[in-house]
Amino acid sequence: MSSQDLIQELKERAGQLRRDVLEMVYRAQSGHLGGSLSAADIVAALYFHHMKIDPQNPQDPDRDRFIPSKGHAAPILYAALAARGFFPREDLWSLRQIGSHLQGHPDMRKTPGVDMTSGSLGQGFATGLGMAMAGKLNGQDYQVYCLLGDGELNEGEIWETAMAAVHFKAHNLIPIVDFNKVQLDGPVSEIMPIEPLRAKWEAFNWHVLEIDGHDMNQVVEGLAEARRLDRCVVIIAHTVKGKGVSFMENRHQWHGQAPNEEQYRRAMEELGGGQE
Amino acid sequence: MKGKALRDAFGEALIELGRENEDVVVLDADVSGSTRTKMFGDVYPDRFFNVGIAEANMMNMAAGLAACGKVPFVSTFSFLACLRAGDQLRTSIAYPRLNVKVGAGYGGMSDSFDGPTHHSLCDIAVARSMPNMTVVVVSDPNQTKKAVKAVAAYDGPVYLRLSRAEVPYVLPEDAPFVLGKGNLLREGSDLTLVVTGVPLARTMEAADRLAKEGVQARVIEMATIKPIDREILVKAAQETGAVVTVEEHNIMGGLGSAVAEALVQEAPVPMEFVGIKDTFCESGPYDALLDRYGLSVDDIVSSAKAVLGRKSRVR
Ligand SMILES: Cc1ncc(C[n+]2csc(CCOP(=O)(O)OP(=O)(O)O)c2C)c(N)n1
Ligand SMILES: [Mg+2]
Repeated sequence: MSSQDLIQELKERAGQLRRDVLEMVYRAQSGHLGGSLSAADIVAALYFHHMKIDPQNPQDPDRDRFIPSKGHAAPILYAALAARGFFPREDLWSLRQIGSHLQGHPDMRKTPGVDMTSGSLGQGFATGLGMAMAGKLNGQDYQVYCLLGDGELNEGEIWETAMAAVHFKAHNLIPIVDFNKVQLDGPVSEIMPIEPLRAKWEAFNWHVLEIDGHDMNQVVEGLAEARRLDRCVVIIAHTVKGKGVSFMENRHQWHGQAPNEEQYRRAMEELGGGQE
Repeated sequence: MKGKALRDAFGEALIELGRENEDVVVLDADVSGSTRTKMFGDVYPDRFFNVGIAEANMMNMAAGLAACGKVPFVSTFSFLACLRAGDQLRTSIAYPRLNVKVGAGYGGMSDSFDGPTHHSLCDIAVARSMPNMTVVVVSDPNQTKKAVKAVAAYDGPVYLRLSRAEVPYVLPEDAPFVLGKGNLLREGSDLTLVVTGVPLARTMEAADRLAKEGVQARVIEMATIKPIDREILVKAAQETGAVVTVEEHNIMGGLGSAVAEALVQEAPVPMEFVGIKDTFCESGPYDALLDRYGLSVDDIVSSAKAVLGRKSRVR
């Protein structure tokens, strides 16, 4: 596949993931849209290009791992897993309902393809470090990708892990910051500012790649570069919370709110979905 | 009767408290819209600290504020208040007996759809086993307002378990709230139902159902889990001879354990425990989860019958 075809395909995948996420949250009338939509392009690139995974063998010990440390972005992970064939697409419509394997936050014991349980912010990065160290000890060459929220970076534990990963030379651990500038109560710049973010990571001895997290070329190149470099690399992906739905973009009110029918139709149209 | 979300009652109570006492400050960790402390923050912005997603930092900030004479209310989801910031709560607040009030939001499974990561079913056990800690669980909107005032008037650390849930007004509007005192809500001589928190309405319904079958259940609402009202419990055990506890918590370490600890010394009687049976639950609608995980009205009724059976064998 030519690189232009690849980029085109990944863009289309990301579009479908966005539509699936919207439909999941609409049907459940519960779930986190803003932070799922901002991560859609990154997740599409990981699950449809970068990650070595086998839906027929979800427990393969040599597989790459993905941990949404910002576990409330579970819908975007579930949409990607279904699209890759880890479980039937219809399962997506059971999100958050009794008896479903799709919990509000990722559950590694219930959902095929989920590598780690998460949802209490600040913890997934450290569990990823543990997985990375196990890979090093075993001489395996898998990568561990962690998706971090920018609000999540308020947690001290994130910086404990940042310190430890460099010390233990966990070069197979790749954190990606979904830098969408918004947390739950409002803009990160007003609730608990994290700038200068690049300088913070550099002060912790990380190599920083800054990308536009919605430019698929940059996403694909950034992820490849992070894997190639033999040092601790963090990807700071500039994103838009609620990306793709005009009335959700940059609005903290859409962090964890479900759309009503009219909002759902408008959003689906903006995301390129046909009227059913 | 229409109810009210306990978190809204909490938010309103904080505003009133802020007006009465200038030393009251409120801290939240990026969930102030959810817990409703934002209501306080909007009225008293200079006495409100949103620390971002940093619960441990928040808990120790509250300790420092209290050490310098402020009356801090610390607010976040209850699983984070007692677990993420649990060491801070124990070491910097319970141990030095500092005047911090933990407003533990989203108690039990009230944040039902977010799932087991956000359910809080071991917090009473954790908070209760910290020396110096007073533990209060609210069950009704009016009571929530009174409880906020009562814990603010008390000098010392308090873990106040709140809820996201909309709850009916069950208690009489003029019912006093006294720290450390249980509420006798219904007379009965066959057995006693002791309940804390949101399952109060279900427990009253179970008592009605039992009465129709000729069983007279006494009902005690126990908002203060620690220190527990031994007097009302011992009297109930002696007069009714059997006790069932009802709580939205693991049956280990919560209300049931507190009641058993009190009774086994002074008035041991057969007991049954209604609550979550030491399991993680799942995402789903709140009422349906309560039904599925052991807190249905049927569960309370059948536990009452089971304890009656054991009582008759003992006597
Ligand atoms: C430790 C912890 N504190 C609070 C919460 C509640 N919470 C869920 S999402 C969220 C905001 C997250 O913001 P951010 O990390 O920026 O995520 P995104 O914008 O990508 O959705 C908060 C406070 C939580 N899940 N865990
Ligand atoms: Mg964010």
